[in-house]
Amino acid sequence: MSFPRIAVRRPWRLAAEASALLIAVVVAFPLYWMVLSAFEPAGEIESTEPRPWTLSPSLDSFRRVFGQREFGRYFLNSLVVAGSVVVVSALIAFLAATAVTRFRFRFRTTLLVMFLVAQMVPVEALTIPLFFLMRDFGQLNTLGSLILPHIAFSLPFAIWMLRGFVKAVPDALEEAAYIDGASRARFLWQILFPLVFPGLVATSVFSFISAWNDFLFAKSFIISDTSQSTLPMALLVFYKPDEPDWGGVMAASTVMTIPVLIFFVLVQRRLVSGLGGAVKD
Amino acid sequence: MTTQEAVAERAPVTGRAPARPRRRGAGPTPWLHLAPALVVLGALLVYPVYQLGLISLLNYTQAQVSGGEPTTFAGFGNYTALFADDQFWQVLAATVVFAAACVLSTLAVGCALAVLLTRVRALPRLALMLAALGAWATPAVTGSTVWLLLFDPDFGPVDRVLGLGDHSWTYGRYSAFALVLLEVVWCSFPFVMVTVYAGIRAVPAEVLEAAALDGASQWRIWRSVLAPMLRPILVVVTIQSVIWDFKVFTQIYVMTNGGGIAGQNLVLNVYAYQKAFASSQYGLGSAIGVVMLVILLAVTLVYLRLLRGQGEEL
Repeated sequence: MSFPRIAVRRPWRLAAEASALLIAVVVAFPLYWMVLSAFEPAGEIESTEPRPWTLSPSLDSFRRVFGQREFGRYFLNSLVVAGSVVVVSALIAFLAATAVTRFRFRFRTTLLVMFLVAQMVPVEALTIPLFFLMRDFGQLNTLGSLILPHIAFSLPFAIWMLRGFVKAVPDALEEAAYIDGASRARFLWQILFPLVFPGLVATSVFSFISAWNDFLFAKSFIISDTSQSTLPMALLVFYKPDEPDWGGVMAASTVMTIPVLIFFVLVQRRLVSGLGGAVKD
Repeated sequence: MTTQEAVAERAPVTGRAPARPRRRGAGPTPWLHLAPALVVLGALLVYPVYQLGLISLLNYTQAQVSGGEPTTFAGFGNYTALFADDQFWQVLAATVVFAAACVLSTLAVGCALAVLLTRVRALPRLALMLAALGAWATPAVTGSTVWLLLFDPDFGPVDRVLGLGDHSWTYGRYSAFALVLLEVVWCSFPFVMVTVYAGIRAVPAEVLEAAALDGASQWRIWRSVLAPMLRPILVVVTIQSVIWDFKVFTQIYVMTNGGGIAGQNLVLNVYAYQKAFASSQYGLGSAIGVVMLVILLAVTLVYLRLLRGQGEEL
């Protein structure tokens, strides 16, 4: 379905297109500056006459970043944390979303309202009780202390969003599957799951971002065993507010942003259609 | 369960007009599906919320955590201490104003650009969409440091281009908040833009054509046709923005180095973090957390009323 051609007069359309391109440049500029600074040799970044290009691209900053002890480890940790959160919360949310859309049972509406309310809970405020919970279960300084809370925090939004997708699958399809002799499990995983997969991708974007971005929990729960830390902490090694190593910060930032960018570009179409589908509801 | 049972159990399709047949009324199945979600949420969300409330009523500092002193019940002592503190009211006001400014700017920019996207051909649209996805994909820590470099008094291009000499943006209270606001809008307008754009695209073309044929002006089409159809989406993005912007932590923490000079750029959750983890006043920090929780729950109630108001079926 394409947007109808609303008659827009030519000069207006050209003006609109020019401003769209200009805004795109402005929005992309910080990322451009990040990559540029990452490739600049030390003297050029710390020049008081910044230039929007570099005369002699250098990999020094990247060498410094990867030369930092355990940077690769941090990267891997971040991937493990974000990956587990995405997979586990997608599966749990899928099951829960089917329950609240394809069954009628007591407390269904109550549960939906509770999922909605759960989205509003400021997770930052829960850092204190979670700290003691993780301590009591011996989870401090483990990746589990980062994975588990993020699964819980991404669930309510994921369930709420997936609901629209599961609802959109016609009931007749389910009837037909049963008549053809499919078991409920078979219908669930072999028919429904692939059908709502685009929705799962869209919701995954949100859980991925929340886990990959995590700064507060990594800062609060990984206190003594830094080998269990994640990328934001690695980046801050180079960022000393008084004397920042801008080259190192920007190189680490680039390394940290690229995987998310790749993920976004891969799911871009599904994300846009997914958001449309979820909110149409 | 055999097929026959499954078919036999099917609820009659009579009743409500657009038949949405629900097989299996009650039964344990929905609860089996919900079990993992409920266990995780119970252990890591509901229980911590209960604990937060509990700790906020205790005298709980480093001495109690290490077991040096017994934990004692403080009643509302933490709250009275908090409400008697001028800094708390300042931080609360700053949080509300800052979050409101972020939400309004994000929504304005996001909606305006979503409309712009519908007015341009594929190439400019793709360029803007990709740039926005890039900003969206940027992790909060990364975005914070990049914006700091852009506005750095010595090495940043912005002061140079604007001819501001070596003006320091993070030094003044308002300019520091403004800088964080710019970063927050930059990384959160894409969600609004993409969602609203997807919503506009989902409006059936025939509806708009019919309105145009009936002689409705552009403005009239927007106000009387698009806006009502987009209302659910606008409510969703508004609420999400409120939730996100009220809880901004990373950007403030990194960009103002833990809350600004003499705490001039503190917002509630950075304040709570500083109280709890920097000065080990866990009871007081939890009380601040409870205040945040109450404010956000109030927002939720308004949201639910809005959903009710437009007859949304849960």
